[in-house]
Amino acid sequence: MTHETAIAIRGVSKIFGPVETGLKALDNVSVDIRRNEFFTLLGPSGCGKTTLLRMIAGFETPTNGAIELDGTDITAEPPFRRPVNTVFQSYALFPHLTVAQNIAFGLEMLGRGKDEIKATTAEMLALVRMEAMAARLPAQLSGGQQQRVALARALAPRPSVLLLDEPLSALDLKLRKQMQIELKRMQQDTGITFVFVTHDQEEALTMSDRIAVMDAGHILQIGSPRDIYERPANRFVAGFIGESNFLDGTVLAAGPPARIALGGGQELSIDTADSPAAGQPVTLAVRPEYVLLGAFDAPGSLSGRITNLIYFGTDMHCHLTLDSGEELVARIPSGLSGKEGLETGAIAGVSFAPGALRIVGA
Amino acid sequence: MASAKPAATAHRSDSGVMERRAERERTRRNWLLSAPALALLVIGASGPLIIVLVYSFMTPGDFSGVEWTPTFDAWVQIFFTRDIFDDTLGLADAHLSIFWRSVRLSLLTTAITIVFGLPTAWFIATRPGRARTFWLFLITIPFWTNLLVRTFAILEMIRNEGLLNTWLIKLGVIASPLQIMYTDTAVLIGMAYVYLPLMVLPLYAAIERFDFRLVEAGYDLYANRLQVLRRVILPIVKPGIVAGSILVFVPSLGAYVTPRVLGGGKNMMIGNFIELQFGQGRNWPLGASLSIFLLLIVMVALLYYVRASTRGSSHD
Ligand SMILES: Nc1ncnc2c1ncn2[C@@H]1O[C@H](COP(=O)(O)OP(=O)(O)O)[C@@H](O)[C@H]1O
Ligand SMILES: [Mg+2]
Repeated sequence: MTHETAIAIRGVSKIFGPVETGLKALDNVSVDIRRNEFFTLLGPSGCGKTTLLRMIAGFETPTNGAIELDGTDITAEPPFRRPVNTVFQSYALFPHLTVAQNIAFGLEMLGRGKDEIKATTAEMLALVRMEAMAARLPAQLSGGQQQRVALARALAPRPSVLLLDEPLSALDLKLRKQMQIELKRMQQDTGITFVFVTHDQEEALTMSDRIAVMDAGHILQIGSPRDIYERPANRFVAGFIGESNFLDGTVLAAGPPARIALGGGQELSIDTADSPAAGQPVTLAVRPEYVLLGAFDAPGSLSGRITNLIYFGTDMHCHLTLDSGEELVARIPSGLSGKEGLETGAIAGVSFAPGALRIVGA
Repeated sequence: MASAKPAATAHRSDSGVMERRAERERTRRNWLLSAPALALLVIGASGPLIIVLVYSFMTPGDFSGVEWTPTFDAWVQIFFTRDIFDDTLGLADAHLSIFWRSVRLSLLTTAITIVFGLPTAWFIATRPGRARTFWLFLITIPFWTNLLVRTFAILEMIRNEGLLNTWLIKLGVIASPLQIMYTDTAVLIGMAYVYLPLMVLPLYAAIERFDFRLVEAGYDLYANRLQVLRRVILPIVKPGIVAGSILVFVPSLGAYVTPRVLGGGKNMMIGNFIELQFGQGRNWPLGASLSIFLLLIVMVALLYYVRASTRGSSHD
């Protein structure tokens, strides 16, 4: 399946302040965002997500590199000539205009006819279910309602690309979950390319078609939520997306299967073709839900002492200290809590689900 | 239980009496505390106004002051002159042209200060914290100097041998000096200069509160610079523009020093005309009626302006 590219970011860097000494917010970033996809920029605060988004919108100019929209270079175009709209984190609704006037603003600036403006505004009000609030001023709306208006205002001109900068971060948890579903629905209904910024990995996983994980001005990995969760490219991604256990070791044989020595004379074997050469240090990552506990003397398993058991409702976190001295968390269904040997201080056998152990760097 | 109830009620009414007494005490204290302010208001503001009002209905004294013979003459004289020969009334063209000039120059001054004040206030409001204080401080410096001195400084700039003309001639832009002094333009320049800070300060206050992210929202929604200014910035900072306009228009209308120094004897404004009645004109009642008339113009203008601006900003 081939994909058409909506936005192409080509080797973009952004330095705030003097080029030599300034702050490098983005460092040679390249990414193709496909048409009609829900694309998410995910990363910790300060990693450059907003800067990249503002560059697509036209509010910042790249220090280096170019940005293309539907095949044409728009790097030098001012924001008002880009068929791209933004849902601002602060919503930035015009306080002197009503909900309907806010939504109509972009259409008016584009010089659309009166009837079209009226029809589209009504359509957008219906899309975000704000028909009853059309005559209100933004100050008379709740946070969630303002959010919907900001969304309707940005969607009304039917942009090629909609940019959303942490649009849900100001909402409470319940409303956020609800808006996540609605946003996804709107993206599917309208077929508009969404570029969504968040620092919330769960939000990114549930909503996105593809995710770009960013850190310190770099894109570390681009892939589907499943790719990123199950096959993190490095230690940062493995740690940032979901929870991960990390084990340090040394390669005994590159394999496949690779054999890795952990501390305390313990040994693991991984079915991978891209292990570093023998003698190299490696870091292994494994999700807590793929850590399996069994009898301490089960063949092929590591052994560790249970230091803590924490009850979380549907599942339990079992903290262990391996013989190598490393700490590990296993997530097990609460139904197993009565199982024999599962108690603080007990020695348990630790093994891993097939394919769950991954090499994520040295 | 049964005995506790009446006790509680008694207690409540007791405290009710005490509360009322304390309330009366408070009221008396408030009156005492506000007495100086009230006295100042009565003596300082209402008193003179009442005297002026009374004088406007009297007959002019022979040399100055008034004679205590009530008449409407002074009010009639505002608009009409009595023909010396046949005693008929004709429109007082000279007076009307003075009123018109005053209103026109004041409106123009307000417009000019808006045009120059907006970018200035914008500039200051967008400076980082420390620099902002510095620029605001610069704006207020002219207030430290006497108005007359500042007006003479303007005179030095624009008179025929002044800085402006000297430089323009030196640069070869003009061959002979521009006659700016003693024209309406001179008065306009002077008033715009003098009242500009009164426009900049309220504009600054409004712009400083302005959320600049709205400008980006405007650009994002296809508004160009001019449209962002007209459709986003101006409507939101409008209260500042209204406040500044009032602060500039009102004193402009009653300006005395500036038109006197820069306009010369011919280009009078209402202020100068009133002064004339109390001086050479020896017509105190006319001066008094003109003063009240000026007050009325200002009040009507204010009412109109405030009504117009509040209607524009509320949508529902
Ligand atoms: N206008 C600016 N001037 C200077 N530094 C900036 C500016 N905007 C952002 N930065 C810096 O660039 C880095 C990335 O910021 P940003 O893109 O806002 O991160 P994120 O949105 O991922 O939290 C941060 O270190 C931030 O302080
Ligand atoms: Mg951000």
